[in-house]
Amino acid sequence: MSNVALRLDNITKVFGKIIANDSVNLTVYKGEILSLLGENGSGKTTLMNMISGIYFPDEGHIYIDDKEVVIRSPKDAFDYHVGMIHQHFKLVDVFSATENIILGLKETSRDASARVREISEKYGFDIDPDKKIYDMSVSEKQTVEIIKVLYRGADILILDEPTAVLTPQETKKLFDVLRKMRDDGKAIIIITHKLHEVMALSDRVTVLRRGENVGTVKTSETNEAELTEMMVGKKISLNIERSEPINPVTRLTVSHINCINREGVKVLDDVSFEARSGEILGIAGIAGSGQRELLEAIAGLQHIEDGSISYIDPDTGSSTELKDKTPLEIRELGVRFSFVPEDRLGMGLVGNMDIVDNMMLRSYRKGKSMFLHRKEPASLADEIIKNLEVVTPSANTPVRNLSGGNVQKVLVGREIASSPKVFMAAYPVRGLDINSSYMIYNLLNRQKESGVAVIFVGEDLDVLLELCDRILVIGSGHITGVVDGRTATKEEIGLLMTKTDGGHSDDKN
Amino acid sequence: MTKTDKRAHEPLIHITKRNQIPWWKSWMIRAAAIILALVVGAIFVMLMTGYNPLQVYSAMLDGNFKSSRKFWMLLQNTSILLCISLAVTPAFKMRFWNTGAEGQVLVGALASAAMMFYVGDRLNNAVLIIVMLIASIAAGVIWAVLPAYFKAKWNTNETLFTLMMNYVAMQLVGFAIMIWVPSGSNVMGVINSKTESGWLPNVFGQKYLINILIVVAVTVLMFIYLRYSKHGYEIAVVGESENTAKYIGINVKRVIIRTMVLSGAVCGLAGFLLVSGTHHTVSKNIVGGMGFTAIMVSWLAKFNPILMVLTSGLIIFLQQGAGEIATQLALNESISDILTGIILFFIIGCEFFVHYKMNFRAKHGKD
Repeated sequence: MSNVALRLDNITKVFGKIIANDSVNLTVYKGEILSLLGENGSGKTTLMNMISGIYFPDEGHIYIDDKEVVIRSPKDAFDYHVGMIHQHFKLVDVFSATENIILGLKETSRDASARVREISEKYGFDIDPDKKIYDMSVSEKQTVEIIKVLYRGADILILDEPTAVLTPQETKKLFDVLRKMRDDGKAIIIITHKLHEVMALSDRVTVLRRGENVGTVKTSETNEAELTEMMVGKKISLNIERSEPINPVTRLTVSHINCINREGVKVLDDVSFEARSGEILGIAGIAGSGQRELLEAIAGLQHIEDGSISYIDPDTGSSTELKDKTPLEIRELGVRFSFVPEDRLGMGLVGNMDIVDNMMLRSYRKGKSMFLHRKEPASLADEIIKNLEVVTPSANTPVRNLSGGNVQKVLVGREIASSPKVFMAAYPVRGLDINSSYMIYNLLNRQKESGVAVIFVGEDLDVLLELCDRILVIGSGHITGVVDGRTATKEEIGLLMTKTDGGHSDDKN
Repeated sequence: MTKTDKRAHEPLIHITKRNQIPWWKSWMIRAAAIILALVVGAIFVMLMTGYNPLQVYSAMLDGNFKSSRKFWMLLQNTSILLCISLAVTPAFKMRFWNTGAEGQVLVGALASAAMMFYVGDRLNNAVLIIVMLIASIAAGVIWAVLPAYFKAKWNTNETLFTLMMNYVAMQLVGFAIMIWVPSGSNVMGVINSKTESGWLPNVFGQKYLINILIVVAVTVLMFIYLRYSKHGYEIAVVGESENTAKYIGINVKRVIIRTMVLSGAVCGLAGFLLVSGTHHTVSKNIVGGMGFTAIMVSWLAKFNPILMVLTSGLIIFLQQGAGEIATQLALNESISDILTGIILFFIIGCEFFVHYKMNFRAKHGKD
């Protein structure tokens, strides 16, 4: 038997007019970690979905252990020992880890628990088999997903952006586990956007661009710049410029706010900070630590129990209290907020409406007439399409049909167009490719330079450290620290992110 | 060798989502569906009854076009169904499941009838008609706003609430008839049959023309309202995503109530047309399920008021045709119902092929 675990031969997949994968060849060996790298829409996930039985290739052949196989369903994939860990976990919340792992198998959880423990020990997972999913952190849930596929005997593991939701410490732990699996002879394919992770973890890298395999290189013989060039097709600079804040003044003061969500859980606990003009304030934290509620509270979308949020007008210097105001009332007070929410199509935009109608969301109320004026929004749409290089058939295309990066450009473009004084963005580059991400960073920098107070909630600590002037770290609804973006280290922030107690003592800083 | 292997395993059909297809192509699929439905219906009729299917279909045409009376009936029934469909459209566009159009129309009809009954001989005809119109609209609005208010205030389930309001409306009508008809026959005769007060006048000698003209006007207004007004835009945003609506500062509760006021008002208008312009009486079954059929008309037309002219016309055409088949060929009513069912099934089912594509297993013999 050869050492090849999986070989794809001229795989092609077409969706309508779009060629998602064009005669892709790919080989994975046993006992190696292969990174699959590519911009959004380059066909990485589509390709992996064909191996795991979600899509069926239009053309081409798949070989596992040198035998041609046909994978029609995820069940077929399991039969061939292929297991995929998706970006969005597919777990039953009210079941325990073990119950989720054996879901659909004819096994009792008592026997299973023992095997789950055995697998955990073998690869160094840290998991309680009887813990319910709803009690688990994101990283624990991911562990359950990985054990689930291992339990079913997977020899080929595919991980779709596994580190997007993890802290640096958790990422390191995951990588240790993956290395152990590799040493055990498993073939591992990992999809990721983060170049430093590719460099740190993988043995070889395959780069996809527009559905084609543009090359496979050994990690030890390449560098980040070369990989970027392969991915984008041209050289681009990976440095984010950061100018010194020009004469920063306090624009927004948040003091001692508490917030309880619908389930009765305290999501913000005595949060205080200020945002200054001409400065980018980063917010770092594990996903779901209260970032969303914090921004929504400022925008008037989330009720807060007590505390105050005040906006200081740049022209008059007078301060306006925003607590208990609706978004409309806040606007009518003359407060100029822009907010790019995390949920782009579910909150920031309307997926089924075209770009023009989405532009109107902010401006349709203008004027006394009871009818809409589509002329201004139409020209704004054209302007944004041109200036931000939005790829779309026309301004009348529903935004749902655009790719993630283009959706975000439409949203950010609209929010900037209202010339805000405070600009808030939650995960604005999540799921975006390198080109689009850098365009968004540049737009944030332009805002900062024109004196806007920018609040940026991010997940990639490298980016936060390169882009932000100050970084606020939030852990379980507490502010666990405020660090200087120019001097802080990733480890320092990572520790603050996971710090659960003692948050109060830091507030005094 | 691998090829034989592959053919044995590759799925025969796999279904993929279409991105977008040109409008003419989607209409060709729909036309093909109707032709196919007629063919299947013909085979079915032949097998079950032995009649020539052409005879059956010509009876269907007869039911709608044979006499000018039948043709006017087609237009009249279409206009009432269209009116109710227009009424439910803003609600459904807002994703407010108004299953209570039946009851909202019915109370509208009851209000008109009550005005005719109690003040019919005291007011001059024009004033009476205006009073009836206002009463009908007010009744429809009350019936629609109650569930909307509960939804906005306490987030109750509007589907159940509006549905139950239908039964309350029916009982109300039954109660009113019990009082108005002393004989206890529970059938209300034509009201003011001698004075014709409260009856909409004939226009150009046609009894139903005024109904039709009113509904045409409502259609155009509704189209403009939904597409070009700020209110219509807010309805669309709330319907697509309540979170987006809140994010841009739309008062969702207010939009829900405002839209249901409109929906109820147009339902009330339909009730007024049924009494004042059509039957000149009221009964529990005067709406005849159109409040529910209207939901289908509205969805089939994808909430486009202009397209609704077509979809409501089609439904009425099928209904009248089915009735004619039953009488002309002395067939059981059921057979025409089955035919209607087949045709609707194909029309609704073809939307699947508009949105999805079937990929058949490729033939490997040639290459």
